[in-house]
Amino acid sequence: MSVTTTDDIHDVSPEDSASTLWKDYVAKIRGGDVGSLPAILGLVALVAGFSILRPESFTTAFNFENLIQQSAGVTIIAMGLVFVLLLGEIDLAAGVTAGMAAAVTSVLLTNHDWNTALAIVAGLLAGTAVGAFHGVIVSRLGIPSFIVTLSTFLALQGVVLTLVGERGSVNSGDFIAKLNSDTLPVWLGWVIAAVLVGAYAVLTFVSNRRRRANGLTSEPDLLWALKSGSLAVVAFLVVFYLSIERSPNPQIRSISGVPIALIIIIGLAIVLSVLLGRTRWGSHVYAVGGNMEAARRAGINVKFVQLSCFMICSTVAAVGGLMLASFSGGVNNVSGGGPTLLYAVGAAVIGGTSLFGGKGRVVDAVIGGTVIAVIANGMGLMNQPDSRKYIVTGLVLLVAASVDAISRRRAAASGRI
Amino acid sequence: MSSEEPLLELRGVHKTFGAVHVLRGVDLTVRPGRVTALVGDNGAGKSTLIKGIAGIHPFDDGDYTFEGSAVHVKSPRDSNGLGIEVVYQDLALCDNLDVVHNMYLGREITKNGFVDEDAMEAKARETLDGLSVRTLKSVRTRVASLSGGQRQTVAIARAVLWNSKIVILDEPTAALGVAQTEQVLKLVRRLADRGLGVVLISHNLNDVFEVADDVAVLYLGQMVAQIEVASTTRDRIVTAITTGELNRGDAA
Ligand SMILES: Nc1ncnc2c1ncn2[C@@H]1O[C@H](COP(=O)(O)OP(=O)(O)OP(=O)(O)O)[C@@H](O)[C@H]1O
Ligand SMILES: [Mg+2]
Repeated sequence: MSVTTTDDIHDVSPEDSASTLWKDYVAKIRGGDVGSLPAILGLVALVAGFSILRPESFTTAFNFENLIQQSAGVTIIAMGLVFVLLLGEIDLAAGVTAGMAAAVTSVLLTNHDWNTALAIVAGLLAGTAVGAFHGVIVSRLGIPSFIVTLSTFLALQGVVLTLVGERGSVNSGDFIAKLNSDTLPVWLGWVIAAVLVGAYAVLTFVSNRRRRANGLTSEPDLLWALKSGSLAVVAFLVVFYLSIERSPNPQIRSISGVPIALIIIIGLAIVLSVLLGRTRWGSHVYAVGGNMEAARRAGINVKFVQLSCFMICSTVAAVGGLMLASFSGGVNNVSGGGPTLLYAVGAAVIGGTSLFGGKGRVVDAVIGGTVIAVIANGMGLMNQPDSRKYIVTGLVLLVAASVDAISRRRAAASGRI
Repeated sequence: MSSEEPLLELRGVHKTFGAVHVLRGVDLTVRPGRVTALVGDNGAGKSTLIKGIAGIHPFDDGDYTFEGSAVHVKSPRDSNGLGIEVVYQDLALCDNLDVVHNMYLGREITKNGFVDEDAMEAKARETLDGLSVRTLKSVRTRVASLSGGQRQTVAIARAVLWNSKIVILDEPTAALGVAQTEQVLKLVRRLADRGLGVVLISHNLNDVFEVADDVAVLYLGQMVAQIEVASTTRDRIVTAITTGELNRGDAA
């Protein structure tokens, strides 16, 4: 799919030197195509800053795991939101949809003794139903998604209250609790990392060779090596760090290995990226987000694309809801409320997904979600109150949205989008 | 006129929008290998005529014959099925997508359920080369970064990608400078030389006299005449456009 892959493709490829690669890249950034760059730079700066300010707590392996688990819910909700944002729409109800879905699963498990798998499926389907409702109203009646999802945002809070009681809370059961607290055996983390990195390197290498043999555009070998190499380094560091024994009392209970939450995030990100970047339907999502009228005239079923994106958004939000419930040990009357939704939208936008539609990727949500988690986590370790965390996160979101708008203007001026 | 069998023949087509009778018994013939210019003042009904051909706003009445047999074109899908492609005035391209994806918009090739980027890129490249398009550096460029003429080229290339038999262009040079107009007109000519039937809507008589073989003049929803360009003059066409009367003069 062009939006995810053209960035890497050059017509004159194999002999490209490091300096031409760099020049191309600078030209792209200058042209307003900044992608995830600001978020990645910001992330590096934040991690460096907190590491210096709180070396004894921020950089511990224990905190690294904690950070991943803290961010899982919001990051996953953000991944779903990307689908709706790509259309130039919004889902203000994604946070409470997450809470509602977790409430459905928890109530069925705890109060009605349902089978775990069935209860989870029911929760996810409850999410899908909300998305279908949004999609039908937006695509058939043409009511702006802002209004429709604002209404469900309110209504679903009522549903959550009904499910868990005005001041109540419901336990989510052992299985859900493990989703966002358990870890994989150390060896399995290494195996998964090796398989993923190897698969990426081999698949992209083979595809580049084949394209070059057929006289098509291909990624220069140097760029391929850089990308595969950095992926390998990052994967190695992450798994290495997560393989350190981090229990305060290893004799009583040993904690080490990659958190299951990280595997769920990566797995979802791969599946959703393939859906968006490699399928016909995914191409149609970008087309509708880029020029709805052109998509319609080209015979694309615009209404179906809208409906399906809202359904995916809400279903993925439901997965995020289970991770939130798992992290907090259950569901209460404010689950998925408060700043959850804004953090999730913020994550997607900070990562580089445009609020204007047509531009964005699923990994943007992961990168942006990590930025938000690092801010909250780092400031927490510095004993900053919630009030300051909100203000700082709000400012970061403002910066990200401005980068989006400014790069759009640059893109328009230089003829890129 | 040419002796070749017509690709498309309209006889006495009518179209009304509410109380407005926009097309009143229009005839039109499109032949393979020829560029037919469709001219007429604002509101004469040119766009309505091609929307009827394309099936966007089907005709109310009249005969629609394609390659010798009567057909019913009630939707864009019908006309695409016959091999009729329209390049709209506003082009209908997605700025955020690259040239390949725009050419395959809505009709992406798939292999094992996934988009076959390799096949699409190869075919897009081949089509552009076949049209002798040299102005596009890479087919992986986003359309947003192309010039007006290049965008027009992409839109036209998209229309010929589908083994189309008739390509209809609504004012393809309206927004272009001199050099780019020249390029697009050459491309239009090449389409006809490849044996396609081309319908060119234009307000610019220079364009018409440069590339068209036939010219059809529409006046207030009626066809004044469809004649060979070589048999008439610019002045006579201007008069026909403004008064609805064609003086056939010496050539008649
Ligand atoms: N969808 C519609 N509903 C009602 N009236 C219409 C519609 N489409 C066109 N008309 C009317 O039909 C007449 C012919 O319009 P049309 O767009 O075909 O003209 P045109 O020859 O293409 O003009 P121009 O050169 O300005 O593009 C106009 O009077 C217009 O108002
Ligand atoms: Mg018109």
